Formats: sequence, C-alpha cells, structure tokens
Amino acid sequence: MNRPLTHRPTPDLAALIQPDRVHRSVYTDPDIFELELERLFGRAWLFVGHESQVAKPGDFYATRLGRQPVLMVRGRDGNVRVLHNRCTHRGAMVCAAETGNAKHFQCGYHGWTFGTDGALIGVPRQEGYDERFEKERGSLGLRPVARQAIYRGFVFASLAADGPALEEWLGDITTSFDDMVDRAPGGEIEVAGGIFKHTYDGNWKLYIENVNDLMHPAFVHASSIDTAAKQRMDAPTDGAGEIAVRQMTQNGVLTKIWDNVGVWAYDGGHSYMGDYHDDERLLAASDDPVFVEYRDALEAAQGAKRTREILSVARFNTIVYPNLTFMSSFRQLRVILPVAPDKTEVHIYSFRLKGAPEAMFQDTVRFANAINSPASQILTDDLEIYRRIRDGLQSEGTEWLHLGRGEGHDVDDERGGRHGDHGTSEIHIRNQFKAWLDYMRPATNASAEAAE
Amino acid sequence: MTTEVKAKPRDSSVRLSPEAMTTVTALVLEEARLLDEARYEDWLALYADDAYYWAPHRPEQTDPLNEISIFYDDRMLMEARVRRLTDGTGHAVSPPIATVRVVSGTTLESTADGGKEAVVRSKFVMLEHRLSEQRVYGATARHCLRRSGGGWRIAWKRVDLVNAEGVLDTISVPF
Repeated sequence: MNRPLTHRPTPDLAALIQPDRVHRSVYTDPDIFELELERLFGRAWLFVGHESQVAKPGDFYATRLGRQPVLMVRGRDGNVRVLHNRCTHRGAMVCAAETGNAKHFQCGYHGWTFGTDGALIGVPRQEGYDERFEKERGSLGLRPVARQAIYRGFVFASLAADGPALEEWLGDITTSFDDMVDRAPGGEIEVAGGIFKHTYDGNWKLYIENVNDLMHPAFVHASSIDTAAKQRMDAPTDGAGEIAVRQMTQNGVLTKIWDNVGVWAYDGGHSYMGDYHDDERLLAASDDPVFVEYRDALEAAQGAKRTREILSVARFNTIVYPNLTFMSSFRQLRVILPVAPDKTEVHIYSFRLKGAPEAMFQDTVRFANAINSPASQILTDDLEIYRRIRDGLQSEGTEWLHLGRGEGHDVDDERGGRHGDHGTSEIHIRNQFKAWLDYMRPATNASAEAAE
Repeated sequence: MTTEVKAKPRDSSVRLSPEAMTTVTALVLEEARLLDEARYEDWLALYADDAYYWAPHRPEQTDPLNEISIFYDDRMLMEARVRRLTDGTGHAVSPPIATVRVVSGTTLESTADGGKEAVVRSKFVMLEHRLSEQRVYGATARHCLRRSGGGWRIAWKRVDLVNAEGVLDTISVPF
C-alpha cells in the first residue's frame, strides 16, 4: 500500500478543495489519480457484487476493486469469499472467466490449484521444492481481501485492514438498500437479465457527481426530452418504446419539481435524491395493472400497512461513496471503475424482485435498456458531457470548477444528514469532496506500519 | 408480437428465386447506404410497422424481454431515435457521426410462410468517425424480410456485434 508514487512531491490536497470550488487537477492529475486508488479506493468499502450471483457452491464472479482483480466465490462450505484473483506463484490471474461454476481454480501458467475457499490444494511436481516449501505452503492460498462484509445480500470488500465496520460506514444510507430489498414480495432480490458494461472518456468522479445533480436533466437531456414530447403514443410498441419514451419525458419535469425532489447527504460522501416520477407506468405505487398485481403480492407477504410503508419510500438515485450508485425503486445498480484519470468503466446490474410478476421484471429490462445501454438516448448525452469536461479541463484559463449552488444553505435533517435548502443544491458534490479529503489524508506512521 | 414473430416455423426447403434473392440482397445494401447517408427517415420506411430492431447483449441471447439489449427498439422507439438523430440537438449525436458500412456475404438462412418471409444473414464492418475519433464495429446481421405489396419490408433485424459482451463505447447510431 505504501509504494512510492512519483518523483514529484505529493500535491497539497487540502488546497485543492475549497468550500465552493474544486481545483481542476483533481480530475486530471495522474498523481492524484494514483493517490485516489491507493488511499480512497484502498480504504473505503467497495461493492463487489450481489450474493445471488454466486447462488450455488463453486459459483464465482470475477470483477475488480479499483483496478485490482478479485473473485467473489461461494465455497463448498457455502460461504461467500472475496479473494484476490492472482496466483501466489507468478502473479497470473487464476480465473480468466467472468462467471461460472468451479470445482477449483487452476492457474494456467504452472498449474497451481486453489480450492473454492482459496486454499492452495495442488502444486505440480512439488519435489522441485525443498522442505521449506511445505512450511510456507499454508500461506500460499489465494489472498482474501483485507475485510469483507455483506449487507442484505450486497457484498462489499475493503482493501484496508482497519476502518469502520460496513454498517457503521454505510450509516443511514443502509435505508436505501432496505428500500431495494423490502420491495420484493419474496423478501429477496437477485441479479438478472445481464450486466451492461461501457466506458467513457472522463474522470470517474464526474459520474457520481452527475447522478444526483438535479439541474442537469433539463440541459443534458433536452434532446431526448424533446424527442419524447414529439412522439406519437399510438405508434406500435411492445413496451420497449413506451417505457423509454415515458422515462425520457419524465426527465423534463420542471425545475421547481426538481427543487422539491431534493438531495440528502450523509457522512462519508453518501447521498440520495428523492424521486420525481409521477408516470403511472413507471411508478411502483400507481394503479397500472402490473403494479396492482405486484402490490397484491407484496400485501400478501407483508400486509397492507407495511406495503404502504414500503411503497411510500420515494428515492431515485442513491450514491454510496466512492463508486456505487443504485436506483432502489427502479432496480438498477451501477459500479464506477476508474481506469485512468480520463477513462472510466461502468458496470450496470439489473435486479429481479423475487415474488413479483414477470411483467414487472420485463419493465425493469426495458428501463435498463432505455437509460443504461451504451446506446441509450439518455445516458449517451451524459457521457458526451463527461468527454467535453475532459477536454475543457485541459484549459488553464480557469483553475477551478464551481460547486457553489446552495453553498452555505445546507439544512440538518432529523437523521443526521444534511439537505440543501433547494433541491438543486450541489450539496452532494461538496459532501463527496469532504469525504474525499478525509480519505486522501496520508497514513499516519502507526497505520502505515499496521498495513505492512 | 415479438415472440410470435420469432416462433414462426422456419422452412429451409423453400428457396427464394434468383430474382427475389437479388432484390433482398439489394435491400440489405440499400439499408446500409441510407444509414451511411444519415437518411434516417428513409431508413425507417424500410421497416414494417410491427418491426423491431435488435442488438442483443450476448450472442446466445434468444429473449429480448427478460434480458438486457444494446438496442431493442420497437416502432415507437425507432421513431424517437430517428427524430433525435435527425434534429441533431443531442450532445452525443452532434456534430453528426459519419459512417461507412461494408456489407458482405448475404445468404439466405431460412424462409417462412412459403417464401413470403425470408431471413438473410450478412456480415458487416462499420467505420464510425466523430470529432477526432474513429471506431470500428463488426457484426453478423440477420434481416427478416417480409413480402409487402410488390416489394419487401424489414420485419425485424438482429445485429450480433463481435464485442457485444465487451466493454462498449458510446453507440449513437443504429448499425
């Protein structure tokens, strides 16, 4: 963890974050990017995957934490583990597939073989080693991540040995995970329908700053809002066009509605925004026939009172800092993976509510296609803006990005968070940079030694 | 609608006449030309009212309803997409994208309704240029063509990108 990063002195990070502005180098400087991976991604809890992706013993899912390849695998003992996907011999990834079911993982280089619990169970031609290897062997299993924890099926890992426990770290934002899972009549959700993967040319932070930015839809999405407004709704559709056009239309709600929707920010950089949907085909509390069938199923499981409580939660995007964002009532989850200061990869999961009507999941798929496909008429305009920011920030004409909308007018809420006095406040971005500075502090000598 | 179209029994014993095969091959090329020339409204007119345009997210995918797709556009969504591409106000589609599609190897895969419908398969490579960047896409396309009046219309099109399962860049135009 404590590798030398650069021959250049570490930038004065605190000077780059002001109450109402952030320095452009935070988005462009390769040294700062490396520090983010070491300190921010090296210290935070990071989303790995969902337990449903590894339902059976031997099931695995290969992904990354920051840039580090890991395997989420359910062992023969039924436990889910997060292991570094790296052979302890010569460093090759032991698993090149993204998903599957394995009896064991055999490295393709020299055949070292690891159990689904990570233990080293086979070394071909071990007579090539002397007796010292037998003593060492027990420590040559696939390395587990420093810490792992699961909240309601969502698997997280931390690359740091020390730090707050997951639930403490999530704080009040656990309620957004609850919102996602509680909506399932069967009490569980599962990843289903496939995972979108796309890149964009821009810094990773731009994505999580944008999702709760309630001023952007009217401008970034003006084109899709306009095209939806002109769409004849009697055109033939099997649902795909209807869901997409309705969502594109919803993005065109008036600024005064966005101001009422609002964003709530919590310690650690986390935040969520309220929901702005009133379209009966999109909103899970409406009288659309599919939702009526769903609500009946939820009532049968939870009773009418609890069902009303569950469906009264109105949240659209939740951000779990640094790189997870999800839509608890629309069953989409996005993981933002930094690749380079100006290159980012995004993985998008869809979830099925167990016990809900099949037609409801089909609407989830339509919604995913509409907003999260790399060919989405909505998403692609966001991605183009990130690219323009990448290019614009090459300008030295202005050193700062402005974050002052609503600054100085944050209001405490009753659950320990803060809320902008206007819904379109940039409170969530300021809140992210407060957490950013906290993560980016250098390790103290004591904690650096503990990490080694 | 969709499942019904896909479930229609295919009969490979019914062949198209050489003239019909020539017409169908020309239609596939005409579609590529209209897209290259950004004549999106003319492109849309090649499609039947109940058509869909599909680019699955994985090659083995048979279900567009319960699995995500890169494109799964019915008529309504195709109309919206064409409008957005035509009015040119979308950030991702302005300045316009220049493309050249090279279509090759169009062969008959199957027929249905005694030759009133035909599925033809072709390979294509698309070069795309926008601002300072050029991208390359390669795919196998399947067109289901339906006899309509004196000619043919596209009942559905499926595009299997070689990198459908990969990490994709922004896709702004249909293939």
